[in-house]
Amino acid sequence: MKILTGNDLGSGAVVWWTGEGWSRFVADAVDVDEHGAAIAAAEEAARRVNAPYVIEASAGPDGPVPAHIKDRVRSVGPTVRDDLALARDPRAGSYVI
Amino acid sequence: MYRYDQYDQAIVDARVDEFRDQVARRLSGEFTEDQFKPLRLKNGLYLQLHAYMLRVAIPYGTLDGRQMRMLAHIARKYDRDYGHFTTRQNIQYNWIKLEEAGDILADLASVEMHAIQTSGNCIRNISSDQFAGAAADEVGDPRPWAELLRQWSTFHPEFSYLPRKFKIAVVGSDTDRAAIQLHDIGLQLVEQGGELGFKVFVGGGMGRTPIIGACIKDFLPARHFLSYQEAILRVYNRYGRRDNIYKARIKILVTELGAEEFARQVEAEWREILPLGIDAPVAEIERIEGFFAPPPFETGLADDVDLSDPDFAVWVKQNVHAHKVPGYAIATISLKPVGGIPGDASSAQIERIADLAERYSFDEIRVTHAQNLVLPHVRKADLYALWQGLRDADLANANLDLASDIIACPGLDYCSLANARSIPVAQALAERLAPIERDPGELKIKISGCINACGHHHAGHIGILGVDRKGEENYQLLLGGSGAEDASLAKIIGPGFTQDGVVEAVDKVLGRYRELRTDGERFLDTYRRVGVDPFKAAVYG
Amino acid sequence: MVELRFRDDAAVDEPGTTLDGFLDQSNATAVRIEAGEDVRRLLPFLDRLRLVEIAFPTYRDGRGYSAARILREAGYTGELRAAGDVLVDQLWFMRRTGFDSFAPEKALDPAAVERALNRYASVYQRAADGRPPVWKLRHG
Repeated sequence: MKILTGNDLGSGAVVWWTGEGWSRFVADAVDVDEHGAAIAAAEEAARRVNAPYVIEASAGPDGPVPAHIKDRVRSVGPTVRDDLALARDPRAGSYVI
Repeated sequence: MYRYDQYDQAIVDARVDEFRDQVARRLSGEFTEDQFKPLRLKNGLYLQLHAYMLRVAIPYGTLDGRQMRMLAHIARKYDRDYGHFTTRQNIQYNWIKLEEAGDILADLASVEMHAIQTSGNCIRNISSDQFAGAAADEVGDPRPWAELLRQWSTFHPEFSYLPRKFKIAVVGSDTDRAAIQLHDIGLQLVEQGGELGFKVFVGGGMGRTPIIGACIKDFLPARHFLSYQEAILRVYNRYGRRDNIYKARIKILVTELGAEEFARQVEAEWREILPLGIDAPVAEIERIEGFFAPPPFETGLADDVDLSDPDFAVWVKQNVHAHKVPGYAIATISLKPVGGIPGDASSAQIERIADLAERYSFDEIRVTHAQNLVLPHVRKADLYALWQGLRDADLANANLDLASDIIACPGLDYCSLANARSIPVAQALAERLAPIERDPGELKIKISGCINACGHHHAGHIGILGVDRKGEENYQLLLGGSGAEDASLAKIIGPGFTQDGVVEAVDKVLGRYRELRTDGERFLDTYRRVGVDPFKAAVYG
Repeated sequence: MVELRFRDDAAVDEPGTTLDGFLDQSNATAVRIEAGEDVRRLLPFLDRLRLVEIAFPTYRDGRGYSAARILREAGYTGELRAAGDVLVDQLWFMRRTGFDSFAPEKALDPAAVERALNRYASVYQRAADGRPPVWKLRHG
């Protein structure tokens, strides 16, 4: 599947496209199929996201898992700072690497 | 410490206003990201993996307690309660909001700090020797010259759109603690017939094409300091390559022309520039030097230190250096706790160091390119109290220049350019090697998470370079580098490893070293004596 | 098209010829310098030059700043025009290196120009605009 990610313009926070808006949680991301570029362009123009891009992901038990390690790190936080990890489930960091 | 006058302050304040204006235009949609990016980079604001990252300049790595407290305040108020000291003597904050960037710059300006030219294709923060003004072996203090360069390079109208970034380092002694031969320009203060001047190195650097700088002038009279820099920069600005970002650094121009021809062109340009009145007058140099006058050292102090506490004795042996004034010492605060993140400090630690500097080091703090901090002027009689104060804040790591004192870039945990993580490798190596590190003595391990080499892997006695191999982190092992006065470039010894594999490989390299070394020989010296083959055999069998 | 001009004399309407073309002609008074061309080749002819147009193919290409300063340092007093990717955020540096007219590809906002040119009250370096560096103000 393909999912869309970027950063919030003002806060810089990593965000994921949910089909209706942007979430901090990759688990909320939806498959954008071939629509990623169009959504990215419209959302960027409306300043609801900064520097968006489409990535490959696979469907996991708790939602999409980005294919590339870089985006898995982005989805949770630095692997060396568990205390800063962004997750609803405190074990979510375990799938990063 | 240099203090701003009305002119310095007005320039930095105007920059805060300008950047606020630019941020507002981005948030309102007047700028696209493409238009805004070069402007924010000129002010050290990056978009990194998790958020915006702000790089704050610490000119020549010198701070006072008031500035340290502000760095702690910024960490607490605008970030996640910590900062990261970098290999270019700066500090980075990893969780910055664009909306608050202007407020942070205003807070910095209130303590005479800024983020000007901490990124972009311009002259970056000037780096220097962390022991400046304290080292027993210095010819003169390099900091006034670094400050002169800071001012001259700030918003230089001709050199703000160079082919690529440009890094200058200045030292004042034969011992090179700032890796000057790995800078675009490296300047060493020297004396000739009673006159001060500079030995000038050009074209060093790491990154994709590591090169050791060439000396293009043995003695540049100090009075012509700026005009000669201007000549070098002009030759580079005119003829440096702009067709390929990977060949745009001055080192490529110097290599392609040859150092002699490059020097000839600089001399020719210098002759054109000399009559134009570019050089600051002696009065200005003396004004700046006045700020760096030695603090009021006491005389007649004893040199004895009571080493009866064994943990303290270990720290003194490892982290304390000779000072030029009897009764004083230079203390290095290692930001490399085993299992920690190299160069990171919490706001509480930063404040603790500010306290200790005010109490024990004439209110001076330095940042080292090895991501540690220094209190440069400590009475030997105060060392024990200082150490206790450090220990209570987990800052008394007695590992300076040992195997666990590892330089590591932020790597893929933070950096959008990285191919692999650096910090976990540093942590695993430190844990493995800390129990045995006193035996090999000085060992410089340096780790970068990509070829840009912010972790200085080419200058490591042992270097590690993280690469992406088919989507997996992979680590190449390099041996034999040095960023000191005996500069050399480490070389890759063979195929790469997994993270666990590279830790094993380093362990094997050190095992072989213990078999091969002569008495008192550092790893680097053994490597230089016996060559790479025995180590290759040990690692790859 | 020239959008900003900081000179009182009449504009030169002769189109700038190429550097090679200029060097071949004995009577041309206007020349256009592409990024990377050596302006020092013009130095023997400064007295008959009235316009030098320096191209900025992209704002990131800073060679034109050196070209401008070299001409001013050699005593050129005619019009020095920056043409091409000239943005408001570079105007200040261009003025300081000796440019006195601007032909940007994209129109500039006059209010932003005003702000950009008056933002900094003092400067740290001697350049081609005659402004005294801060050290001159400090020591006279």
